[in-house]
Amino acid sequence: MAAVRALARGVRLGSNSIGRNRSLIFNSVQRRGIAACIDPSIGLTDEQKEFQKVAFDFAANEMAPHMAEWDLKEIFPVEAMRKAAQLGFGGIYVNPDVGGSGLSRLDTSIIFEALSTGCVSTTAYISIHNMCAWMIDTFGNNEQREKFCPDLCSMQKFASYCLTEPGSGSDAASLLTSAKLQGDHYILNGSKAFISGGGDTDVYVVMCRTGGKGPKGISCLVLEKGTPGLSFGKKEKKVGWNSQPTRAVIFEDCAVPVTNRLGAEGEGFTIAMKGLNGGRINIASCSLGAAHASVLLARDHMCVRKQFGEALSNSQFLQFKLAEMATKLVASRLLVRQAAVALQEGRPDAVSLCSMAKLFVTDECFSICNQALQIHGGYGYLKDYAVQQYVRDIRVHQILEGTNEVMRMIIARSLLTES
Amino acid sequence: MSARVLVGVKRVIDYAVKIRVKPDRTGVVTDGVKHSMNPFCEIAVEEAVKLKEKKLVKEVVAVSCGPQQVQETIRTALAMGADRGIHVEVSGKDYETLGPLQVSKILAALAKKEQADLIILGKQAIDDDCNQTGQMTAALLDWPQGTFASELTFEADKLKVVREIDGGLETIMIKLPAVVTADLRLNTPRYATLPNIMKAKKKKIANVKPADLGVDVSSRLEVLKVDEPPQRQAGVKVETVEDLVGKLKEAGRI
Repeated sequence: MAAVRALARGVRLGSNSIGRNRSLIFNSVQRRGIAACIDPSIGLTDEQKEFQKVAFDFAANEMAPHMAEWDLKEIFPVEAMRKAAQLGFGGIYVNPDVGGSGLSRLDTSIIFEALSTGCVSTTAYISIHNMCAWMIDTFGNNEQREKFCPDLCSMQKFASYCLTEPGSGSDAASLLTSAKLQGDHYILNGSKAFISGGGDTDVYVVMCRTGGKGPKGISCLVLEKGTPGLSFGKKEKKVGWNSQPTRAVIFEDCAVPVTNRLGAEGEGFTIAMKGLNGGRINIASCSLGAAHASVLLARDHMCVRKQFGEALSNSQFLQFKLAEMATKLVASRLLVRQAAVALQEGRPDAVSLCSMAKLFVTDECFSICNQALQIHGGYGYLKDYAVQQYVRDIRVHQILEGTNEVMRMIIARSLLTES
Repeated sequence: MSARVLVGVKRVIDYAVKIRVKPDRTGVVTDGVKHSMNPFCEIAVEEAVKLKEKKLVKEVVAVSCGPQQVQETIRTALAMGADRGIHVEVSGKDYETLGPLQVSKILAALAKKEQADLIILGKQAIDDDCNQTGQMTAALLDWPQGTFASELTFEADKLKVVREIDGGLETIMIKLPAVVTADLRLNTPRYATLPNIMKAKKKKIANVKPADLGVDVSSRLEVLKVDEPPQRQAGVKVETVEDLVGKLKEAGRI
């Protein structure tokens, strides 16, 4: 798949032999993950290795060549994502009876980690889309599942998740968007901020207040673009995550049928928290992919760049830096995969482990990518080189899906309430 | 059409890996190195699966010769759409010396046993670049061969093969049963989809030993040594055309 496409690209330029044009496939080669000690396929089952292979091939062929352009021109790559959906990436952990792939959280983490090497921003959006599809699949009734999930799994329609508001980020339970019951409709008023895909997506999973203050008054509604009273703010200009538009989502007397409510009234916050556990693993997995690609880029640069008469790879300081980066990468990977297993087994430590994974991995992987940029020297700062995009794209992973400060709150709470 | 297609797939060092020669110069380092399906074998599998989708063949059987690890390669073929696999167990010293002659004997024996109507192979493997297995298999079976195929069409009971040759493209008609080897432009292999990978788990891989097929896998070749290609030497700049001609004459080139 990737091998043949890359070879075809090389051969088209006139050479009959396969090996001679390796330099031309250098760019896509880097992302494919060839370095024994950080090999991401270690410890996986044969089936998981297959999933990972498809994801790596897809990332190398369909995403990596375009990642810079998508970032520069702020393109939402609908066609590429639909191709991904055809392979089953639209609803990875959604039930097969509504079009999903029915895989485990660990399988999902492996897939997002591989896809992320091709484009972090697009993969992160795909993971948000997956979370929305899963929420409807898990908490919706059969009518809702059949109405929304098939189109989401095929990415015929795209989804956005609306929890954060201008006045409630970390303090999500204090959200103000109100949903007043009038007959068989809820009338929504309020606004959501920083919504990934907002304005370009079709299906919105919205957390709103149907009851009193605090978490117990929150419910989850699903609405579609085009509903009267639903509008969007301006497209935000961001440092990274530029292949997905980010907008405010505004509700002005927006009527949503009661039949679009997922679960019972007051169940919204529980749904949100359960969604976030998986979301945190997904975001951490995206950071892993970026760090993996960055370690390879740094290593390759060190082998090529010469200063003071020798390659950078001869410098012990840089060798040690690279070793530290690789060690942190593998440690991060193990933690995320453990957290994924804990979540899919429903273990009691799952919530804390997911928070620990998100905290540790997003921080460490950012440090890895940042260090990789440093190793590139001045070239690392140029947009011609991919490493800066990895740095910019994963910076936000330390903030969303629950800031790393909130992760500490969750872990501390779990430690202090046990006694 | 009730044809059965046999597709040979070889597990080779991944095309993206930097090859290193073993210190004792008996071969290349393969331990701990990433392996995958030979790219031309991927094209062969894709063609076979396409034929099945067009209902021109009934069953696609993926075959690989080697140790336990080649089962991964067979599974990849199954995930792409092959129906079942055959793992011909060859390990240790036998595997190190396994070459096109032995593999073609194995494939010929399997073709008879499985009553295959068509064998599709990659034109060559990217590790040894032999480009011999397809041709030898056809000779052993006394079947026609369409090598370096860039296009394959069924016409009644014959196969029209467009071959990529040095002078351009050659079109031949061959009768079935036949051996075809896939060249780069035959098709673009599909990605396996997640559902297909999961379905592949249930597909069967049969285990066979070369002795069961009556094939002797001992090699008639002995590898004396393996070396890296010579390092590129620096060139010399010359000032005039006379200097250039002089230098070429010195080097015995003209």
